[in-house]
Amino acid sequence: MSENLIEFNNISKFFGKVIALKDVTMKLKKGEIMCLLGDNGAGKSTLIKTLAGVHKPDEGEIVIEGKKTVFDSPKDALDMGIGTVYQDLALVPLMSVTRNFFMGREPLKGLPFLKTFDIEKANQIAAERMGQIGIDVRDPSQAVGTMSGGERQCLAISRAIYFGAKVLVLDEPTSALGVHQASMVLKYIVKAASQGLAVILITHNVHHAYPVGNSFTVLNRGKSLGTFNKKDISREELLGMMAGGEELDKLEVELKEMDRLSKN
Amino acid sequence: MSEKAKSISSKKISGQDERLKEVSKLRLLLNRPELGAVGGAILVFIFFGIVAGDTGMFSAYGTLNFLDVSANLGIIAIAAAMLMIGGEFDLSIGSMIGFAGICIAIPAIYWGWPLWISIIFAFAMAVLVGYFNGILVVKTGLPSFIVTLAMLFILRGATLAITRLITGRTQVPGLRVLIENDPIAWMFATDTFKWLFTWLGSMNLIALRTDGTPLATGIPPSVIWFIAATLFATWILMKTRYGNWIFASGGDKNGATNVGVPVGRVKISLFIGTAVAATIFATIQVLDAGSADTMRGNLKELEAIAAAVVGGCLLTGGYGSAIGAAFGALIFGTVSMGIFYTDVDTDWFKVFLGAMMLIAVVFNNYIRKRVTESK
Repeated sequence: MSENLIEFNNISKFFGKVIALKDVTMKLKKGEIMCLLGDNGAGKSTLIKTLAGVHKPDEGEIVIEGKKTVFDSPKDALDMGIGTVYQDLALVPLMSVTRNFFMGREPLKGLPFLKTFDIEKANQIAAERMGQIGIDVRDPSQAVGTMSGGERQCLAISRAIYFGAKVLVLDEPTSALGVHQASMVLKYIVKAASQGLAVILITHNVHHAYPVGNSFTVLNRGKSLGTFNKKDISREELLGMMAGGEELDKLEVELKEMDRLSKN
Repeated sequence: MSEKAKSISSKKISGQDERLKEVSKLRLLLNRPELGAVGGAILVFIFFGIVAGDTGMFSAYGTLNFLDVSANLGIIAIAAAMLMIGGEFDLSIGSMIGFAGICIAIPAIYWGWPLWISIIFAFAMAVLVGYFNGILVVKTGLPSFIVTLAMLFILRGATLAITRLITGRTQVPGLRVLIENDPIAWMFATDTFKWLFTWLGSMNLIALRTDGTPLATGIPPSVIWFIAATLFATWILMKTRYGNWIFASGGDKNGATNVGVPVGRVKISLFIGTAVAATIFATIQVLDAGSADTMRGNLKELEAIAAAVVGGCLLTGGYGSAIGAAFGALIFGTVSMGIFYTDVDTDWFKVFLGAMMLIAVVFNNYIRKRVTESK
């Protein structure tokens, strides 16, 4: 069991009378990509915030590298190597790539009481890191606003990795992106996993999740419908399992019915 | 990483460096927030050079005059700019100027405190007011526009009420005699480089009074404070971690919080900054005039914000520069004094101020689009 990098055992979270999460269990190994699938309102956001240390679970335990852990704050989660990339990415479009990359964790230099932001070093690291993922930053002092959506996503992920993430939690990294941009981000996620990170990919898009995931956990109304290995489940079965599946079947029937009626 | 990958990535980086040089200097310059203000200042100087070049506006005395006005405004404009970059407004700057003035004058004149203690007292009050503004904005989440608008009235009213209560008047004169031998007051009341002006006078290079002393006696303290404030603020914004936090707090509060920037603390410190700048302004003016007036600094908050906007600060925060605000203040100071040297009625100054702001906002909007959408 201890080969799992991180385990979430029977996590539950309640807000007053509302059961946001009930008995959710997930286990991840190094280099594994687990996709967390669910429709809107399935409890994805609550789960992310629990992973990131924003919420404390009311029941269940988090085990990292065999040790039981409690996160008291987002900083605790960060220190334990959980790097969360939120949907809004925490990037400031008007600020440069470098200033964004090191936002809140700027490298310093100089005298003990007169430390200054080491821009040269920061520029160099930022350019290097972006170069490694094949993103062409003409100038690390250019504003993030000039980058494409996919590039911004990769910048945010790259930042989380640079600052010591062992487990990457990605919240809908492809939701706002076109096909080309999404595939660029997914490629980078696979690359990150191949370097030994565990990745939790949260999405409602099975078509993006299926090609890259090793296993799939489906959330529905706060409960896990189970975790499935890729070889055990097809894309269509996954789609059907998400609340959307049934709904779409129903919609199809209704549309046919309407079509039939209008023809008569 | 394998050696191969390393060589690829390093190639990429060196490739980028080569391309970096291709970006023309002009393009880089065009993307700087202070471009508009620097250009505007040049235009203003050209204009007055043509219209009022032979009137004495650009004599040593005239130059120091408009520099003094610009510098006073500049001190508060720079603090206002930093706060705007941090995503907030302070409309209480002008009222704080009046309040700081009586915080110096009443203890010094009526309570018999030494002048330097009164000055320190005024700065302590500024820190309190700034802290109060900041904590109110951060804790309530209300727009700083509203919170500091309330503070504008509260401070101005309190200044008037307290002064009348203690002194029975709205002005407190009699400070000039206290300046001499004071351990602190000289920092706000001494002209510097006097030897230079004396020498220039003796060489007949600048205008003299009838008694042979030069008309312009030295660089006024406001100009020194102004230059120091510009350099200090620029250093903070560009070279320190705190500077990066200011941009981040104004650019995206939530994002900054998520990556660990103490947004609340940054904003509170910036509110303290504007109140302290207002107090520097007040101290210089009170010691120069020898008296405190409850109406001093009226509407200065709007001029400071206008200068910051002309200097390239975005009203939405996260973008701007201290150098820009300094040039914005220079434009306003130059025009407000220069207009006396022309045939134009000085009533038109405010029209100019408003028009300048409008042009600046349109221009800045365009610049922001360039910066963020250049792909």
